[in-house]
Amino acid sequence: MKIEVDPDRCAGSGMCALTDPEVFDQDESDGTVVLLQPSPTGEHEQAAREAAHLCPAGAIRVLE
Amino acid sequence: MTETLNAELPSQRSTAFDPPAELGLLREREPISRMKFPDGHVGWLVTSYELAREVHADRRFSSRAELQHSPRKVKGEPIRQRPPAKPGMFIGMDAPDHTRYRKLLTGQFTVRRMNQLMPRIEQIVAEHLAAMRASGEPADLVADFALPVPSMVICELLGVPYDERESFQQDTAKLLSLDSSFDDIMAAFERLEEFVLQLARRKHVEPGDDMLSGLVATGELTDEEVANMGLLLLVAGHETTANMLGIGTLLLLQHPDQLAALRADPSLVDNAVEELMRYLSIIQFGTVRTALEDVEIGGVVVREGETVSISVAAANRDPARFERPDEFDIRRSAVGHLGFGHGVHQCLGQQLARIEMRVGFTALFREFPDLRLAVPAEDVKMRTDMAIYGVHELPVEFS
Repeated sequence: MKIEVDPDRCAGSGMCALTDPEVFDQDESDGTVVLLQPSPTGEHEQAAREAAHLCPAGAIRVLE
Repeated sequence: MTETLNAELPSQRSTAFDPPAELGLLREREPISRMKFPDGHVGWLVTSYELAREVHADRRFSSRAELQHSPRKVKGEPIRQRPPAKPGMFIGMDAPDHTRYRKLLTGQFTVRRMNQLMPRIEQIVAEHLAAMRASGEPADLVADFALPVPSMVICELLGVPYDERESFQQDTAKLLSLDSSFDDIMAAFERLEEFVLQLARRKHVEPGDDMLSGLVATGELTDEEVANMGLLLLVAGHETTANMLGIGTLLLLQHPDQLAALRADPSLVDNAVEELMRYLSIIQFGTVRTALEDVEIGGVVVREGETVSISVAAANRDPARFERPDEFDIRRSAVGHLGFGHGVHQCLGQQLARIEMRVGFTALFREFPDLRLAVPAEDVKMRTDMAIYGVHELPVEFS
């Protein structure tokens, strides 16, 4: 699994960092998404999918 | 067809905790239906989860204040095009203006920042619970706990003197009261604006380690912009969480099995908070968006300029998304609920609200193992007359 994030689309809601803080973080200054693990495995795979779905701004894409 | 054209937003709740029953019927038959707004505009009402999510996420639906028709009826409101959002009032703007303002704040509301606030929030909660115990029985949980805790937290974050809370709490109540006339609301709004504007001006001279000072220090914003951004955070930051704490406590007291489960396993609180947000959906009128162009959605065409009223409460009770939607169950996964909205305007303070609720409910039920209502449940005054639902007072006993 591969994920891509788009900080320009990001609204800084923090849903991704809340869902899986090992895969996603937020930028200190503007709160936008920071991708920690572009290829999550195991339980993080499911969490990353959920984060992509929850993202209010459509800033997370799951590539198979 | 004429019948649906004349339909107004249903507002009569079937029970204290359930949204109007008509919304459920609409969701089944016509999840996007024609609705007549109080100003005569004929727009749309969305009641299903899927469409509610779609409208919020679709940037062809605008949040610009001057394009909106409100589902809330305000006495004496002139029929007119609404003015555009004031500088800094970014809730009523689209990109790029909305983005520019919001990005100045999102760094302050990250999950990590909010987690760092937890010890201070625990302290504020503990002090208010101790004071409530000391004040004797019956206590009003709203006045002693639910309202002051989030008020104090947002005051400290923004840099608003807490001892000046009475005026902004009263004026916020006027903004939200469905009995307020248009003139009452305008006057309350102007007083609030002036209050925050004076604060913003003071921050030039006496800056503190707070958000208003931080916004002033960017040098990118006028005092008016800082004031309106601050006002938005102040109003949104205390009444919403306050009402979730108040009505959430009542709901849990009315469901002893759920409360017992939470007490037995306090780690359920994160999940319980999401379920409370889903189940209660306290923003009575939901949200509105206006089509910037003709948009095909849910089998209809929303024409350019038509406003869509989104019933978050109905969407959060959609059986297509949540099994047994009308059952309150703190163990279910309510993640994905629309209680904080969806799309780029999704609640900026949601991570703060989550922490306040997690800390607040956990401490309340731990410190008061015998907490119970001091009046019959049917005598609790529900906020049917306010734009944000909840309880006006919650008389409790605890010894």
